[in-house]
Amino acid sequence: MNYQPAGSDFVVENAAQQTFFVNREVFVSEDVFEREKRAIFDRCWVYVGHASEIKNPGDFKTRPVAGRPIIFCRDGEGRVRALINCCRHRGALVCREREGNARQFYCMYHGWTYHPDGRLKSVPGADAYGVAFDKDEMGLVAVPRLEAYRDFYFANFDRDAIALERYLGGAREYIDLVIDQSPSGKMQIISGTQEYDIRANWKLLVENSVDDYHLITTHSTWLNYMRNSGVNVTPPKGELLPTRGFGRDLGNGHLTTDNPNYRGRPVARWISVYGEDAKADIDALRNELVQRLGSARAARVADTNRNLAIFPNLVINDGSSVTVRHFYPIAPDRMHVTAWALGPVEETEAQRARRLHAFLTFYGPGGFATPDDVAALEAAQLGFAAWREVRWSDLSRGMAKARDQQLATDEGHLRVFWRKWNELMEARA
Amino acid sequence: MNEMLASTVTRAEVEDLFYHEADLLDSWRLDEWLTLLTDDASYYVPPNDKPDADARFALFTIADDIVRLRERVIRLKDPNCHAEYPLSRTRRLIGNVRITGVDGDAILASANFIIHRYRHNDLQRVFVGQYRYKLKRQGGRLKIAERRAILDAEELGLLGSVSFIV
Ligand code: FES
Ligand SMILES: [Fe+2]
Repeated sequence: MNYQPAGSDFVVENAAQQTFFVNREVFVSEDVFEREKRAIFDRCWVYVGHASEIKNPGDFKTRPVAGRPIIFCRDGEGRVRALINCCRHRGALVCREREGNARQFYCMYHGWTYHPDGRLKSVPGADAYGVAFDKDEMGLVAVPRLEAYRDFYFANFDRDAIALERYLGGAREYIDLVIDQSPSGKMQIISGTQEYDIRANWKLLVENSVDDYHLITTHSTWLNYMRNSGVNVTPPKGELLPTRGFGRDLGNGHLTTDNPNYRGRPVARWISVYGEDAKADIDALRNELVQRLGSARAARVADTNRNLAIFPNLVINDGSSVTVRHFYPIAPDRMHVTAWALGPVEETEAQRARRLHAFLTFYGPGGFATPDDVAALEAAQLGFAAWREVRWSDLSRGMAKARDQQLATDEGHLRVFWRKWNELMEARA
Repeated sequence: MNEMLASTVTRAEVEDLFYHEADLLDSWRLDEWLTLLTDDASYYVPPNDKPDADARFALFTIADDIVRLRERVIRLKDPNCHAEYPLSRTRRLIGNVRITGVDGDAILASANFIIHRYRHNDLQRVFVGQYRYKLKRQGGRLKIAERRAILDAEELGLLGSVSFIV
């Protein structure tokens, strides 16, 4: 019997054998890394930022998006822009600060200045240019496409890409579920950014973000902490896997886990870690949800955890807290992660503090769980040095079952990512 | 500065405490280290982009109350704490120790630190920054009521996880 495939394709699916394998070359190859830039990051909608990060005219954040230096800003008229941070004269960054409020962007090299909407404002010694020089044409270049869904802004470097809403497909419903926590339908990015590198291929973090198979082994110390704090970490009867807790295909390479929550949610599910004082407050939050959304939708918002992966590189985890994180490859074996906490704008000080406390217990470079994920990914990347001898990563869990019966502990939702990745890579080959 | 309170402690005493703490942390004697803390102590690593932020309003890297801090020690001693198993080797150099003021019944002190960190299969990583402490006298002993480790790096970047106690 040959369980594993022969050959060197990137993704090998065998329905008859109920197997699904990924060639580890895709995690180490410089060639694949270069091709991904064109086939994936230049063609997909990639996350830029959230409207709440730039509230007032002139507010800006600078950050890399799909490898380009970008100024994410609000212009004088209040419109959101994503400008390429590269001077039209001879290329210098025109904004070198992380964030701030600017009436203009001033290039320190020769002093060209630009309005926050990108228009070129002034050129020292403009009379030295010839007849064809046209200031109106020489503004900062905007990303080819910038569109938003419910305050989440995405860019696309392919002018002909389908509209963002269509691209998001089934992921929209899961974004809506996150936002429904807020009575006004307004969420905000909370101040304080977690930015760290992982010495592993970026695709491993997509897998890891939605992989429930690893919870008990990788995160046993976190489970211990919850247990020590009096939280029942064993799934209650009736919510036991495998009857609940799914991995879902949302179309276009997007996917999510969808799990019953029993380990607490600061939005409406009290656990002892929050303290007795918090009980009444959390009951009130839940009442508000029921009043506004009806009991079925309220239960959906309050009693489920969802780790949503929007293809290719944005993850929104709605669990013990809400995290928004995106990550870019810097090299085949290295990625840069940026993570934020998201919360309802109307949250009280106590509610906000509770949300942040819950966030840090699990998530982030100092949390009780994320550092162990990082360790797992880095261990995998080190193992991949032997990709020629030990070529195949096995993602076959659940292959024997129908696609709509995949549990979050299966790998059906991970395969959703890989099929899309492979399709885009082959289209460019 | 409350001269009365400030005069009850000398820089030498603060230095002794800091150097002793550094030794306990570098040698992973974490239970002993906990005895240097008050019963309501807290431990903060602010976000790199907002070093002066308040943990009630901003997302930190670490913001432990004493309950979670004790749990952190339990986790760090567990071989299933994969980020610190095998344990990293750390060596911290502490300097520029100063008593900077008082806040209620707490004495404020600061120090600069450089922590070299080595792990098997990993890069050498250097954590540089400033400690800001609140110290309280309890039963004759100077104890740590709050420790804040402010990293100078603009972002964690290649420092990666902050899985040991900075
Ligand atoms: S490069 Fe910007 S003004 Fe010359
Ligand atoms: Fe994990």
